[in-house]
Amino acid sequence: MSLSRREFIGIGGAAVAGMALAPGLRLVELAQARSPDEAVTSLQRWGLLVDIGKCHDCDACVTACHEENGVTGHGRPATDPQWIRKVTLKDKQSGYVQTLPVMCQHCEEPPCVDVCPTGASFKRADGIVLVDKHICIGCRYCMMACPYKARSFVHEDTTDQKPQVPRGKGTVESCTLCVHRVDVGKIPACVKACNKDGNKAMVFGDLKDPNSDIRKQLAAGVSTQLRPDLNLNTGVRYRGI
Amino acid sequence: MAQAHFDTIEGRSLGFYALLGILGAFLLAAGLAALYMEHNGHWVTGMSNQIVWGTPHVFAVFLIVAASGALNVASIASVFGRQLYKPLARLSGLLAIALLTGGLIVLVLDLGRPDRLIEAMTYYNFKSIFAWNIFLYIGFFAVVAVYLWMMMERRMNDYTRPAGIFAFLWRLTLTTGTGSIFGFLVARDAYDTAVLAPMFIIMSFSYGLAIFMVVLLAAMRWSGRELGDVVFGRLRNLLGVFVAAVLYFVTVYHLTNLYITQRHGIEGFILLHGGQFTQMFWIGQIILGSVIPLVILFSRLGQSRAMVMLASLLVILGGVAQMYVTIIGGQAYPMPLVPGKEASSSFFDGVVASYAPSLPEAILGIGGIALALAMVVVALKILPFLPNSLADADADPHYKAT
Repeated sequence: MSLSRREFIGIGGAAVAGMALAPGLRLVELAQARSPDEAVTSLQRWGLLVDIGKCHDCDACVTACHEENGVTGHGRPATDPQWIRKVTLKDKQSGYVQTLPVMCQHCEEPPCVDVCPTGASFKRADGIVLVDKHICIGCRYCMMACPYKARSFVHEDTTDQKPQVPRGKGTVESCTLCVHRVDVGKIPACVKACNKDGNKAMVFGDLKDPNSDIRKQLAAGVSTQLRPDLNLNTGVRYRGI
Repeated sequence: MAQAHFDTIEGRSLGFYALLGILGAFLLAAGLAALYMEHNGHWVTGMSNQIVWGTPHVFAVFLIVAASGALNVASIASVFGRQLYKPLARLSGLLAIALLTGGLIVLVLDLGRPDRLIEAMTYYNFKSIFAWNIFLYIGFFAVVAVYLWMMMERRMNDYTRPAGIFAFLWRLTLTTGTGSIFGFLVARDAYDTAVLAPMFIIMSFSYGLAIFMVVLLAAMRWSGRELGDVVFGRLRNLLGVFVAAVLYFVTVYHLTNLYITQRHGIEGFILLHGGQFTQMFWIGQIILGSVIPLVILFSRLGQSRAMVMLASLLVILGGVAQMYVTIIGGQAYPMPLVPGKEASSSFFDGVVASYAPSLPEAILGIGGIALALAMVVVALKILPFLPNSLADADADPHYKAT
């Protein structure tokens, strides 16, 4: 087989172009996989999918979360913090009962961030909603605004704090999506616990990555947000409500 | 009408020092209460993760709303040119500043971290109504102070009207901001409605004037100055109109909610089966705070100074009750998580949150009122805020000796 001069130039040109473009395409890929010391970007949006059909009457996620984040109570249910809780839903018509974990829904348009006077409530570029413990003045306006009751006010002195999860009396706190774990490439403690001790009802991942497990599962079936009427575009989604 | 004359009160009597002593005792108690809550954390109060704003907020918001309303008397004189109200304008401005101070102190001392007040002054999120309010409240002090200066410094008197107009617009904005703290909360059925902003404005008219009348009647009487029937009658009728206007807004608010099926839950809760909140609404806000004052103010009973004093005190009481129902009742009713489903959890989902005011909270709140009154008492002794006489011959521009 012999190549004509014309064919040789065509194939050669394509090969050169491919060699020139490939590193660029590879770089885009690398940019999406952030290393821990890089700043977060909006190329990612972290989210959770909870399949209520698989969620059983266990509280592995709750225990794991509070253990991971050093959230301890004082035996006073009204004032003790809860970052994640198991909620039982009973249909008013049929009486059908379901159970699901509820935590900060990491809204794209978080009402808590809107109302915070100092900007202590903020949303990271990757969609995680957090409280800056250094500028929170403890006004609790965010708790008035949150439709999910996701936040707790620290009503008394904290003990046994985890170094990576600062907490303090007089400030507001909530689920951080285990940001300290996510930032080093791990999954949140609740999801890990659900996979290990629970019924594998929770999936964590990047909502913007078309190849992520969570994106594929969301694309494959119905899911919903809590209070979809508020149009907050939550990062936490549920299946089976 | 003779030019209005103002004078300081003598402030040497036993009564004067006794009054300051009583107010001082309340202030001391409030300071200790705040220290106690701050030291232990909010778990020692009646507040919780369900009721995040408690009795201190009831008093703080009441005082802030009343503060802007107290300025109305001055506005009627400066903005709307009513001569009769001119001798009252200084006291009106003073009360506005004092009440706002009292309210803000309570608000700040109830923060989780009042020591971080500087953060609230240096970090701003301009989408937050709270952040706007910080500017509106601080600005209000400056605006009213300048306004008072224009009124009290003879050489500046020409600027009283523009300063008064500016202060009037500022106070309308301020109360809109206070009402919008609740009006802009989408999550809760009791709030999330634009009517709260104008409703708070009309509430401020009523609360502010009621407090103004109590202070005026007491200050004139205790300093042995005359208060004629013309000024008295005009203020009484005005208070009656304001109380009726508040009632109108309350009716519209509830009728709107009653029409919206989604909101039948919260309405049933407040109006029918909300326990303490239903009682507070019907007995405190409606009967004691509105109906009885209206009967007094618009009947022959209103001829009596003592009865009008009682009516004013009832309007104040009803205002506190209204704040209690609005702020705490609005939180106590559970938020819907999934429409059509009953929610329950260890975090009090789906149930009415319980709340009982704790003593320290109540003392802190009352301390705000004591602070405002103490400021007025001291200021009346230092500067000439109070007119020498409000006798008909001195105050009424249309007075004709008979």
